Amino acid sequence: MSDMVAAGPVFLDAGESALVVEFGRSVDPALSDRVLALDAALAAAPPEGLRELVPTYRSLMIHYDPLRLDRARLVGLVEERLGAASADLRPGALWTIPCCYALPHGEDLAEMAALLGMPPERAADLHATARYRVYMYGFSPGFTYLGGLPEPLAISRRARPRPPHDSKVVLVGGGLSAIASFAMPTGWYVVGRTPERLYAPERASAFLFEPGDSLRFEAIDPATFAALEARAEAGEVVARRMPA
Amino acid sequence: MTALRILSCGPGVTVQDGGRHGYLRYGVTVAGPMDALAHAVANRAVGNWEDSAALEVSLGGIELTAEDGPLTIALAGGTFQTTLDDQPLPAAGVATLEPGAKLRLRAGAAGMWCYLAVAGDLDLPTVLGSRATHARTGMGGLDGRMLQAGDRIAVSPPGRVAADGGAIVAPLLDRPADIVRVLPGPQRDYFAEDQVAAFLAGPWRISSRGDRMACFLEGPVLRHAGGFNIPSDGVAMGAIQVPGEGQPIVLMADRQSTGGYPKIATVIAADLGRLAQARPGTEIAFRAVSHGEAVRALAEQRAFLAAPIAIEPLRRDRFSSEFLLGRNLVGGWIDARRPG
Repeated sequence: MSDMVAAGPVFLDAGESALVVEFGRSVDPALSDRVLALDAALAAAPPEGLRELVPTYRSLMIHYDPLRLDRARLVGLVEERLGAASADLRPGALWTIPCCYALPHGEDLAEMAALLGMPPERAADLHATARYRVYMYGFSPGFTYLGGLPEPLAISRRARPRPPHDSKVVLVGGGLSAIASFAMPTGWYVVGRTPERLYAPERASAFLFEPGDSLRFEAIDPATFAALEARAEAGEVVARRMPA
Repeated sequence: MTALRILSCGPGVTVQDGGRHGYLRYGVTVAGPMDALAHAVANRAVGNWEDSAALEVSLGGIELTAEDGPLTIALAGGTFQTTLDDQPLPAAGVATLEPGAKLRLRAGAAGMWCYLAVAGDLDLPTVLGSRATHARTGMGGLDGRMLQAGDRIAVSPPGRVAADGGAIVAPLLDRPADIVRVLPGPQRDYFAEDQVAAFLAGPWRISSRGDRMACFLEGPVLRHAGGFNIPSDGVAMGAIQVPGEGQPIVLMADRQSTGGYPKIATVIAADLGRLAQARPGTEIAFRAVSHGEAVRALAEQRAFLAAPIAIEPLRRDRFSSEFLLGRNLVGGWIDARRPG
């Protein structure tokens, strides 16, 4: 890890209006920490011409207006802030997210458990007892990529996507877990469903989690799911946020 | 209230403003116009902000009218066949749409998208600060979907421009797509030198599979030096990703915020509209440019938009077919503006 921290990031152009600051090429909490520290440092005092910051597992994409913010100046600014960046890394919040693993919600749980050679209850238990890190969003609004999946649940994604799943589903695949807000076809396994809305445009905070937050799932039964979903649809946040 | 009424509408017509910015970090697609330059020209020609909401008309075409009052409209983008009460209009121009008058846009000689801007504000709700339609997630525009016959969009307050109308003088919009300029990377090093050379040599043919999300290219099969699965990283508009089968995909306005295939190069901002307007079957080649050249090309477009949009007055009796053909096909302009 010390080698990785010592090495400086690589600057890659994604066109003339986006700069990728790449810290590495793997999924690793230490890399993610560096990405999020730089993200926080730039967000705290954004230079004129900076448009958007997009943290991912291992890189920060900086969208900018090259006519207002010169590339060389931006690179200089990033290098300058890298030194002080770790001080800006706020401790992430810890969330508890209700999740129903039972049918009809966890519709692929039995299939996945069979492929992994364990009973569905064991797969659900393993999933619910782990603590996850929100690495990044991507794919669709509120689609959250989660690291920290217990090793026995590591399964490749399907070779062919399955038909569209429901909204608000909890997924497993490719060694990760994820939560998807929108119904769509997927190569992941649908292991459960949360009544919480990870994307609610009319809510003060349209998105609940920030990259770097931690979360764990709390198993609930279908009746509790229905009750919590009604409250969530009425505008309430049913996930619980704890101080870090 | 003065409004636009859609009388008939092909698939793929949406409301687009400058895009939904600030939420990429939460997985929200920017959307916005496929051809930002043409979208901005149409808006500026009727006195709007350049990123105001306007209609993005696909090859499916549209027929519409004004209700409860006249509307000043502008068109810019592809060379569509445009008529106002069966009288031809220039493909890029400004006109007044009287209540009951019928404005019709159909696919014409060239181009994929035509922007129809209305002087004033389209009275539609914003979602996360934008009216841009992203149909895949049902966000923005009119109920998050493509427009259809019967739709009504109020304009409040309707603006008027002093001129009676005329042709928009915008030579920058005459853009052949034979050469599209790119900046190599961000994952150029996932490809050996001969593969980068093959990518630049092409030629590439634009596939008919494309939509607002991506432009698919057909040509030589590109090989990756190592694997083609990378941990997802950010995706800029114009990113050219190369999936396992080796045929590049250019990610456009409705692209996802992040993606997991190596991106060999990125189309420069100034040429995104040029590529977006190229029809399936068009043969293109890529040319690598420096960051500085890409910024200069963008600066040229910004300078053009910063100046007043020139509108050449026209009288109805001057709409001869020779004149209309001449409007967007002035050879000297095209050659002078060709990148190279």
